[in-house]
Amino acid sequence: MENSSPTSAAPSRTLATPPRVARKDDTVPSPTLIDVKGLDFYYGAKQALFDINIAIPDRRVTAFIGPSGCGKSTLLRCLNRMNDLIDGTAVKRGEIKIRDIDIYGPAVDPIELRKRVGMVFQKSNPFPKSIYENIIYGLRIQGVKSKTKLDEVVEKSLRGAALWDEVKDRLHESGLGLSGGQQQRLCIARTIAVEPEVILMDEPCSALDPIATAKVEELIHELKKQFTIIIVTHSMQQAARCSDRTAFFYMGKLIEFDETHNIFMNPKNAQTEAYVSGRFG
Amino acid sequence: MTAPSHFYTSRNSFQRRTEGTIVWAFRLATYVILLCGVFVIGNICLKGLPTVTGSFRSLKQFPYVTNTFLFEAPESLYIFKHEGVKREMGDTEYRAFREAETARATAEGRPVPEFKAQSYVYAAGGIWPCIVGTVLLVVGAMTIALLLGVASAIFLSEYARDSAFVRFIRLAILNLAGVPSIVFGLFGFAMFVLYFDWNVSLMSGWFTLAFMVLPVVITASEEALKAVPKGFREGSLALGATKWQTIRKNVLPYALPGILTSSILGIARVAGETAPIMFTAAYVVRDKLPWEVAKFGDFFFQGVMALPYHIYVVSSKIPQNAYTQRVQYGTAFVFLGLVALIAGSSILLRNKLRGRYQW
Repeated sequence: MENSSPTSAAPSRTLATPPRVARKDDTVPSPTLIDVKGLDFYYGAKQALFDINIAIPDRRVTAFIGPSGCGKSTLLRCLNRMNDLIDGTAVKRGEIKIRDIDIYGPAVDPIELRKRVGMVFQKSNPFPKSIYENIIYGLRIQGVKSKTKLDEVVEKSLRGAALWDEVKDRLHESGLGLSGGQQQRLCIARTIAVEPEVILMDEPCSALDPIATAKVEELIHELKKQFTIIIVTHSMQQAARCSDRTAFFYMGKLIEFDETHNIFMNPKNAQTEAYVSGRFG
Repeated sequence: MTAPSHFYTSRNSFQRRTEGTIVWAFRLATYVILLCGVFVIGNICLKGLPTVTGSFRSLKQFPYVTNTFLFEAPESLYIFKHEGVKREMGDTEYRAFREAETARATAEGRPVPEFKAQSYVYAAGGIWPCIVGTVLLVVGAMTIALLLGVASAIFLSEYARDSAFVRFIRLAILNLAGVPSIVFGLFGFAMFVLYFDWNVSLMSGWFTLAFMVLPVVITASEEALKAVPKGFREGSLALGATKWQTIRKNVLPYALPGILTSSILGIARVAGETAPIMFTAAYVVRDKLPWEVAKFGDFFFQGVMALPYHIYVVSSKIPQNAYTQRVQYGTAFVFLGLVALIAGSSILLRNKLRGRYQW
């Protein structure tokens, strides 16, 4: 049976499906939005990220791939300072600049940062409130009270998350009554309701079935017109389908960062080549 | 027609038989506990119910019926013989009766009858001031305990970093749970009655009882807060909420049912403990009801009568006889009923909150 076994003698055929035809606007180079320079990150005494240098382009989808424990989720959580919530973590060297402001600088409030850099988690966590209350949660904590504004935002966010038609009749029912894929899209709608610049997605489809996954990936194609998206994924096919640029991480180091097309068809680094052809990870 | 023997037939071994015996031993232990509980409560209900049911009297105006045991103050009981008939009456009734009979005899020209009565203190009248006092003590103490306890639990479980100091605080709270209630009474007496100079008052009683029940409230509240999934906190913080906003909107409402459950246990303790209130809040007898105060501020600094203390007084401070026994069991029965009522309303509130904040 012609199958890509790890001991296959012909390694150059990759597991990734042929990349889709690049759209016209994708080929236009995009300015850098997030610039990570020389980042060293520690969990207590253990170093998790070694000298990371990466420039994330604006309004594109960037994928982080790599085997388990390579630091991709850690780097993602550094971008909105969610790692600050864990005791003992520290950025000991380097900086992360979003629009030329170092987010680990002294005058930066993580609360304000998180309003502009949103996050979607691996396990969808809709709050046990109604769908309406879920979406406007971010606005309520900012003090928005006007009912017309809230209704407007709810419709806009649910349309943006491709969920409006499915839930428009039951906005005041509990968010927990939705299916897994719908719950994840609800979380995405909740994130875009506060109108961030960047959406970080930590393995958003890992708990979803293939059809729900396809819907979320379609959504990502739409969302990237408005938001910069960084997605951490274990599935290389997903990275190949969704992303414009891909970064390969291994053991806390950034091995290669290039156009997705190049990473999967023409990797420069031998380790990248070994990973994308399925020889490890 | 025996079943064919094969690999899976049941084998009657020594191990299986001892297992059966052990299960029966567990069953027996549970039934013994149940039996004791039923006996104690059944005894109180059986002996106490007649006191309450025998005290219904009709009134000439709204609400047309009243229960003297529940709604009147304690009085002395007078047993006497009048015109050959043995009668028993409470203090006020007896005086009125004596005056009426004396007036009637003088009007008819007969000699004034002699009234020789045996009196028993506390054996007549009712326990209304005690009920009012206990309700006030419970409501006030639980409010203080919940406020202090929940605030402390939020700090310990959400904000405090794990360190030797925080571990010491937790140990101290656990130890507080094992302190005897009489020691709490002495603490309350020394601190609130003497040092703060509040005297025997509601305030002293509230704080003493609140401190007594704090460990239970703090421990249960911490457990309830920990039970709320981490995803709620992370999701809220990722949307740009501060920590307190997250706790207030996304954690505390879902922990409330658990916190209220702990308060149900606390209510039974607060209502029933005599030692803490003996020196700090309770009077043996008091003429005025708590709301009959000269000015508003006086309300907090007055002592009250309380049910458990009243049970203690009628059971050990005065001579025992059949008449005082009626009052003892009646008071115990009313006390059980009151605690059941307050606990029941707490359960109702908890169920309502569970329905609203379900996850």
